[in-house]
Amino acid sequence: MRRRGLFSRTALVLGLVFLYVPILSMIVYSFNNSRLVTVWDAAHSPTLKWYGVLFSDGEVIDAAWLSLRVAICAATVSTILGTLAGTALARFGAFRGRSLLVGMTTAPIVMPEVISGLSLLLLFVALEQAIGWPRGMGAITITLAHISFCMAYVTVVIQSRLAGFDESLEEAAQDLGARPAKVFWRITLPLILPAVLAGWLLAFTLSWDDLVISQFVAGPGSSTLPMVIFSKVRLGVSPDVNALATLMVSVVASGVVVATLWMRHRQRRRERDVQLAAAANL
Amino acid sequence: MRKTRRLPGRQLVAGIPALWLAVFFLIPFLIVLKISFSEARLAIPPYAPLITWLHGLPLPRIHLSSYGYLFTDPLYLRSYLYSIMVAAVSTVFCLLIGYPMAYAIARGGEEWRSFLLMLIVLPFWTSFLLRVYAWIGLLQNDGLINNVLLGLGLIHHPVTLLQTDFSLYIGIVYSYLPFMILPLYANLEKHDPALLEAAADLGARPLAAFLRVTLPQSLPGIAAGSLLVFIPAVGEYVIPTLLGRTDQIMIGRMLSDEFFDNRDWPVASGVAILILLLLVVPIVLLQRVERQELEGGET
Repeated sequence: MRRRGLFSRTALVLGLVFLYVPILSMIVYSFNNSRLVTVWDAAHSPTLKWYGVLFSDGEVIDAAWLSLRVAICAATVSTILGTLAGTALARFGAFRGRSLLVGMTTAPIVMPEVISGLSLLLLFVALEQAIGWPRGMGAITITLAHISFCMAYVTVVIQSRLAGFDESLEEAAQDLGARPAKVFWRITLPLILPAVLAGWLLAFTLSWDDLVISQFVAGPGSSTLPMVIFSKVRLGVSPDVNALATLMVSVVASGVVVATLWMRHRQRRRERDVQLAAAANL
Repeated sequence: MRKTRRLPGRQLVAGIPALWLAVFFLIPFLIVLKISFSEARLAIPPYAPLITWLHGLPLPRIHLSSYGYLFTDPLYLRSYLYSIMVAAVSTVFCLLIGYPMAYAIARGGEEWRSFLLMLIVLPFWTSFLLRVYAWIGLLQNDGLINNVLLGLGLIHHPVTLLQTDFSLYIGIVYSYLPFMILPLYANLEKHDPALLEAAADLGARPLAAFLRVTLPQSLPGIAAGSLLVFIPAVGEYVIPTLLGRTDQIMIGRMLSDEFFDNRDWPVASGVAILILLLLVVPIVLLQRVERQELEGGET
């Protein structure tokens, strides 16, 4: 019994090393003075030189700004749509077209990105021909494309959260005469709020990171941050990309840590409330 | 389960996202299908309409030329088979590495579990592109791995690691490992330890108990994880472009090159349709497995 535990634990540690060594190496080398990414220039390191290079690169700043705007819009719209779809799938029982909706919300998650990108571009071209909109490709087409695949992820997050709650609270509110919309706003939404926030963050990250779909539906002159990184990286390793990676990893890591702590805090408080309520009933 | 009262506005709640997905997910595939049957031409957009009107009568012009091209040029077939092989081998490696990891987390202490899960999910939240890029720095000829091996005296000349099958597999396994671990963990965590104790009481050795109790029970998790890795890996574009071989490209890159470099929209659409045909069965399987995992637990 013990030996098997040892094997899987060793595998876990090695697996985590495998997952984190590349990220750590980028962080370390972002402070390296040398242009050669892999040679550590001990005499002049650590240095913030590449962070300076990064922030004076107008192309990177413009692209980051575009990515930020697209990601905020795409995350917001896809969270609304995904919450609707997740609620319908988890709470409406069997309805006509349910399996179609299930299919359309799971398929985008696994669909190879080249196919999603190509099909969306062809849609926009066809629309432009037919109704004259959208006029050319740019921020709008990128946002529309991102909403579609982000909402699939949000739907899954919301649906599995709702599946974890039974419907007794909602049914009690209904029996007391609350209208469906009120039940949703006062009961369902507060219950799934952590999932809604998690869904928004997930959608934001997916949109912020997307390269392939954006490449298809972005017009000339509208490059998102991953597109700029990709064109830099294809030409070879560049040290300022390490600096960018370090910044992005720090933001994400601190965000995830704070979110986890907050959720745990909420969970603890809820458990304590339940215990107090139980004690009060005795 | 009590039947929910019929709510007004329910149609809207389900209908709005359904309509969105129909417009931005379903219809685009029909357009891809349509263009794959049309003829390429030098125009904007660079394909001929499927139906032309002659004296008020519709005249269909369906061309199979792009498919003929795809089936006769061995380049496409090779790239197609290569992609399937790369995706399959990567899936097996993800399973071999991910299963023990998921098992250790599921059997680990309560207080460690959420922290370890966070460690697994964290890379998933950071840029996929940058994580793939990090491997270039590690694998290149004067990269970290070669420097360490040279320093240890294990090799005397740098080994070419980048732009080989090896680096391609590293990149895919590395990027998709969380997709394997999470469904496996979700499955393993639900197992009742009493079953293993019962097996031990009946005299089963740990390995036998694992093979006869845990493994069969975790098959849905294995299926879900493997499909979540295999399906997107077949059409992977970024990893083979940055880490893969230059003499053998994967089908996703083929599609992109046909579209952007050759501007042959019908052939690119044909490639997309052929990838989809390959993935239809795995995608349907995945939906079935996920429905069981998500909804089957209550009955």
